[in-house]
Amino acid sequence: MSGVVGTAMRRVDAAEKATGAARFTGDLALPGLLCGKVLRSPFPHARLVRVDTSAAERMPGVRAVLTGGDLADLDPYYGHAIKDRPIVALERVRFIGEPVAAVAADDEAAAEEALRAITVEYEELPAVTVLGEALAAGAPRVHEGPLRPGLFHGLGDLRREEGNICYHYHFARGDLESAFAASDVVVEGEYTFPAVYQYAMEPHTVIAQWGESEITVWASCQHPYLVRAELADLFRVPLSAVRVIVPYVGGGFGSKSYTKMEPLTVALARKARRPVRIANSIEEAMVTTRRHNMRCWMRTGATRDGAVVARQCRIWLDTGAYADNGPRVAATAGDAAPGAYRWRAVGVDAWAVYTHTPPAGSYRAFGAAHMAWIGESQIDALARRVGLDPLEFRRRNLLRPGEEVRPGGKPLDADLVGDVTKVAAAVGWGTPKPPFVGRGVGVGLLAAGAQPVSTAVLRLQADGTVVLLVSTTELGQGARTAFTQIVADELGVPPSRVRVAGADTQVTPFDRSTGASRSTTLAGTAVQRASADLRGQLLEIAKRVWGLPLSALTVRDGAVWHETDALPFPELLARHFGMVGGELIGRGEVRPERGSGSYAEGPVFWEVCVGGAEVHVSPETGQIRVRRLASVADVGKAINPQLVEAQDEGASLQGLGNTLFEEMIFENGQLMNGSLLDYHVPTTADLPDAFHTIIVENGDGPGPYGAKGVGEGALAAVPAAIVNALADLGLEIRDLPVTPERVLRCLGVLGAPAGTGGAAP
Amino acid sequence: MAPQGGEVAPRRELALIVNGRPAVARIEPRELLLDFLRNRLGLTGAKRSCDVQVCGACTVLVDDRPVSACCFLAYEARGRQVTTIEGLAEAGHLHPLQEAFIEHGAIQCGFCTPGMILTALTLLREVPTPSPDQVRTYLKGSLCRCTGYWKIIDAVVDAGRRMARAEAARR
Repeated sequence: MSGVVGTAMRRVDAAEKATGAARFTGDLALPGLLCGKVLRSPFPHARLVRVDTSAAERMPGVRAVLTGGDLADLDPYYGHAIKDRPIVALERVRFIGEPVAAVAADDEAAAEEALRAITVEYEELPAVTVLGEALAAGAPRVHEGPLRPGLFHGLGDLRREEGNICYHYHFARGDLESAFAASDVVVEGEYTFPAVYQYAMEPHTVIAQWGESEITVWASCQHPYLVRAELADLFRVPLSAVRVIVPYVGGGFGSKSYTKMEPLTVALARKARRPVRIANSIEEAMVTTRRHNMRCWMRTGATRDGAVVARQCRIWLDTGAYADNGPRVAATAGDAAPGAYRWRAVGVDAWAVYTHTPPAGSYRAFGAAHMAWIGESQIDALARRVGLDPLEFRRRNLLRPGEEVRPGGKPLDADLVGDVTKVAAAVGWGTPKPPFVGRGVGVGLLAAGAQPVSTAVLRLQADGTVVLLVSTTELGQGARTAFTQIVADELGVPPSRVRVAGADTQVTPFDRSTGASRSTTLAGTAVQRASADLRGQLLEIAKRVWGLPLSALTVRDGAVWHETDALPFPELLARHFGMVGGELIGRGEVRPERGSGSYAEGPVFWEVCVGGAEVHVSPETGQIRVRRLASVADVGKAINPQLVEAQDEGASLQGLGNTLFEEMIFENGQLMNGSLLDYHVPTTADLPDAFHTIIVENGDGPGPYGAKGVGEGALAAVPAAIVNALADLGLEIRDLPVTPERVLRCLGVLGAPAGTGGAAP
Repeated sequence: MAPQGGEVAPRRELALIVNGRPAVARIEPRELLLDFLRNRLGLTGAKRSCDVQVCGACTVLVDDRPVSACCFLAYEARGRQVTTIEGLAEAGHLHPLQEAFIEHGAIQCGFCTPGMILTALTLLREVPTPSPDQVRTYLKGSLCRCTGYWKIIDAVVDAGRRMARAEAARR
């Protein structure tokens, strides 16, 4: 062991990124590369009467104009969960911003001029642009007919429900009515969560090339293998005829999960017979995917001596015009709704609902970020009602390791009581508070890991260096660095002798996805197993060379050792192959260890969401200042503590933005703040006065060395902690973001809350 | 019908110094400095993100002052000195700011990094050893969605101290 696991080793990609040498999809140059631009719908719901591209096609520099008419030879629908989305609008448009046509031209100016020359005749249709309209009886349908399951739906039975319901997730245990009847105190409320923009700084960017024998795609995508599968399915070619290459990705946060702009770019390249790049602007990225806005009704009951009894919850998530990852978001929100408590009875219903708005999909900590603050605010309300300190109330009621979280799912695998005690101490729990200062904690669980399928290949070269092939995409999380550390320790080589290749489906082996906090845990295990496989081969060769038993051999410092004799890896390879060449190949695989690995039997692990906040509220202006913020990164084992902190710090600030000001504002389906001038992304001016990450290493994760994932939990914990810190000051928050205006309404300065609370439909 | 691409106005000659080397091209008057650097010179370190001077990802230095290259006409840079992230390391040696960003883990996806480092460089020229609060205030026009900024602030403070020490040692 060279001993780099557990250290804050420098990122392997840092120097490239510090010098501007790192290449992102938008930085690549290809011979003959065309610029692609997209014409988008100005109506939330309309019939396409006529699309006339003839003038655009005649313009200088224009190489291809794509419309729905070009897709007649295909079944042009995709969607990993539900195949509901056409590559480009066919007979109708379903949201403002839906692609109606696309142009490939020699340069950007020519492409933009050509877009202006396309005439589209629309017949406007009645639209449902908010949840209430979509759920009303007799509402116009966003999609007619049966829903077709996508390639990776993992949703069990895909029943079509009435109206605009895209997916319904339900579970229940115990007798709810008798449990609530047995509760001495019950709190109940209606809540809303806004649509939020992920803002990966690099907007979605795709290059597609339609070759004789291969479709090649360079994409800023998180899950190259799932994109490959959808492209192969759409364009009716074998999987092996689609090659997806992922350069460095400028942030993902879920916005680049699954398939986004890739099918449209490939279709345009197919028509142009030239490589084409489509690069979204920020406004286009905002209508490509977003976080689900939500309404929720929840009630929670407890006994007067402070034991939780029952919780019931109904959740409506606005998934926009196409399902994208909406069904999974609904299921994860459902899983997060009970929180980490011991219920006598629990019942959860979560619906993903179609509306005529831009599609909503994954955004960091989805489901848990939606739900933790609601459930936790009811826990605090109950604690106050029964006269218990909220921290003490949690200590009494939180699940202990091994207890059931959700019927049929993985039992709890974390010490939540220890975690929340640490975080409370970090924000000064129990110490005197200045005026207008409140403190709160939040605890939640996030179903993490997605499907447990990952593979890795390790190639030991003749000079003793190692190339790791793994399809985890480098989004900034530092996966290449963590993997380098694992390989270095497992093979006893310095990190400088390890090279991690970028994801390329023609070269790097299958990985299900990069998201759900899964890469260190799952791909990391595949990497560890590939290393062990390679180590085993080296030992076998040394055993033959020396004629010694395996028990007499060890691997360290780039060699196999017997006492003080060493056979360096290059020499072992030379002995094995009889030349200075050849290579040894290690294989590592992760697949479900029991059952099917389905979501229902999951999750792979429960990601811990535990945070604390101390806030100051100005009674005059309603401004909230976060004085102290703390988060627990309960990671089992920190392969690289600096990367763990970095994940936690980033997620916390996103959590702060999601709580206090981030919101996509729609009017009649039109995004009103589709620019960073109007959409507020947190800056250094928004930082809390102090922030503290507490790394907890209990070795209780399923990954290498007991590791489990990090990076999402804080985004769910921070809203809960801030909302409870405000509740500590008597402010009952039912709607995010908590703007100064809402604070003043809560304080009675601006009168009663108006139009909030999101009445359950 | 709208004027067609490429025929809006006659091209003009642009001569400037980029990272210490002369660059000459015939450009359209509307060409942005960001496109000029990225497309004509292949200097792709400066990134396009917000397009409205909010995010700072496209920041480059023009005569040592930070500008948003996404909103700055290339022609406005005629006869001036432009520095991009590619011009920061000298003779293969990373600039102390680059070193500090790497060491403090201030880099994640890397998309904001070039602009962030160049913006921080102008701060260190104005205030050689800034406090964390001064860094916080100065960097509020540079967005980063990955890091939560803490490690960036640490890196800039540390780089200032290192550069001051090196300067003191030289004297």
